Amino acid sequence: MKGIGVSSGIAIGRAYWVRARTARVSGLLLEDAAAIDSEIAKYRAAVAAAIAELETLMAKAGAEEAAILGVQVELLQDPAWEEEALRRIGEELQPARDSVLLTMEQFVSVFENMEDDYLRARAADVKDMGWRLFQRLAGSPAGRQLPEGEGWILVAEDLTPSDTMGIDADRVSGFITKLGGKTSHAAIVARLRALPAVVGVGAALEAIGDGDELVMDGATGNIFVNPSATVVERHRKKQAEYLRRRKHLQSLKNRVAETRDGVRVHLQANIGTLEDMEPALAFGAEGVGLLRTELLFMEREQLPTEEEQFLFYKNVLLRSGGHPVTIRTLDIGGDKPLPYLFLPKEENPFLGYRAIRISLDRKEMFLTQLRAILRAGLFGSCRMMFPMIGSVEELIAAKGVVAEARRALTAEGIAFAADVPVGVMIEIPSAALTVDLLAKEADFFSIGTNDLCQYTLAVDRMNEKIAPLYDPLHPAVLKLIRMVIEEGQRSGIPVGMCGELAGDARATELLFRMGLREFSMAASSIPEVKEIIIGL
Amino acid sequence: MITKEYLILAPEGMHARPATAMVKLAKQYQTTILLKKGEKTAKLNSLLNILSLGIKGGEAIVLEFDVAEEAAAAGAFDTFFADHLKDW
Repeated sequence: MKGIGVSSGIAIGRAYWVRARTARVSGLLLEDAAAIDSEIAKYRAAVAAAIAELETLMAKAGAEEAAILGVQVELLQDPAWEEEALRRIGEELQPARDSVLLTMEQFVSVFENMEDDYLRARAADVKDMGWRLFQRLAGSPAGRQLPEGEGWILVAEDLTPSDTMGIDADRVSGFITKLGGKTSHAAIVARLRALPAVVGVGAALEAIGDGDELVMDGATGNIFVNPSATVVERHRKKQAEYLRRRKHLQSLKNRVAETRDGVRVHLQANIGTLEDMEPALAFGAEGVGLLRTELLFMEREQLPTEEEQFLFYKNVLLRSGGHPVTIRTLDIGGDKPLPYLFLPKEENPFLGYRAIRISLDRKEMFLTQLRAILRAGLFGSCRMMFPMIGSVEELIAAKGVVAEARRALTAEGIAFAADVPVGVMIEIPSAALTVDLLAKEADFFSIGTNDLCQYTLAVDRMNEKIAPLYDPLHPAVLKLIRMVIEEGQRSGIPVGMCGELAGDARATELLFRMGLREFSMAASSIPEVKEIIIGL
Repeated sequence: MITKEYLILAPEGMHARPATAMVKLAKQYQTTILLKKGEKTAKLNSLLNILSLGIKGGEAIVLEFDVAEEAAAAGAFDTFFADHLKDW
């Protein structure tokens, strides 16, 4: 069976079902004022006891998990909850235990009906806190006891904080739930504890029995019930490899990319979707050196609206952890055509109508993208850059459109960031050779080595027959790279690199010695490059 | 009365944890604080009510501070939003 993998890792163990609690409303009615007073007193005592119990748990838990329990302490004292619970006792004459069950039902249904995934998942917090109170009032035993032994995989409809924290955590090796998504409690706690978790398995989960042998993969979401020896063996290997890799990554993640004599280097990620951001940060990326915007335009029938683009850029910026994000305007051409743009098929698409050449030609489309970027700039540290600039005239023209976008937004009274730096991708030899002229107009440079290499060497990088000729370390390419870095130093303009060479461990030392201090690459290459920098 | 507008920069919006911290902070002051999002209003003393507003990342909210201790409370919330509501 398969669910949504929300916390990666492999677990091999036995299933322990955490069954949902059920209870019925007693339906009794309180007879007189004395009974009401006594139920109110019981209610208050239960609240106080539950808070004390949570505070004991919090003292033992780590900071993150304590914060989750802190939410429950706050819920127990919530005036909206208390008002409703006391009203039910005082006015509807319900005993405290019924009042708590019904108040819980009421608030849980509010959350369960919300649109937002995160808030829907908060129903679990309300339930958990309600059950904690109810158990005190109904006198049923609190907490659960895992059977002896280690490696238990908790299987449940959904897991609440007391399920995951009340249980002997050291002996649990994974979570599997029928419901839930990325923000459900099981997912959050699993990631905090670095345990694998698979959620949203659905009805198929019922096939798992207590004590069944399980193999789960928290990255793919795959679950094997009573698997064969080969499957177990394969996953044992995968598990060992994963643990080794994670240890290595963790040892590097929080280290600063700095040489032994203290020269600081910034390592960033190249990404194309919002989903890439979290893993990029997990690899230790200090922001995004290249946000590709093509995906937003592909696999659809018409151009994305300003609003759609704005939302995408804004969300990327909001999730960047305060690090800078460099947005590249549309880089598309005859090799990856968009049907709604009606781009003609070309003999030489890489030398043709593409990237900034299209943007400058179809100004409305370009304006829309620039407006969206400028507006999103309010939500983080944002830069924009143009692909395929071949001359200073093109850069001046593109900046003219940026100025036009600013004027239009100002006139319409729409808020935007006025100070978004405007940079140039250096990927055509003519740009590298006139970098001194571009420096007068650009706020930063980013060297795109893939195209720079193919244009300099006249080698199509898609053509396998001449693959050996595609050499980004060819002296001609390196000379151009050096020219750009040196011009940056002379004119005080930041220079980064976002082509594949930036993530190529063979070139790290060379590029560093040439003066490069900003490398942007596929996130998974960051640890390896960082390791080299730290050793320099 | 002081009215302040804040932009929620935390990507996930007003999560349970920052909302909890906010309720705790509100309790330290005499003033009654109202939280408004669009048409909807909640008192800042109830976590359930704040969460029910469903405040998302990038949305703007308004806090209204009643007269008592309003300046001190508003100052404390300025710091809170600047320091704590970015990346929970």
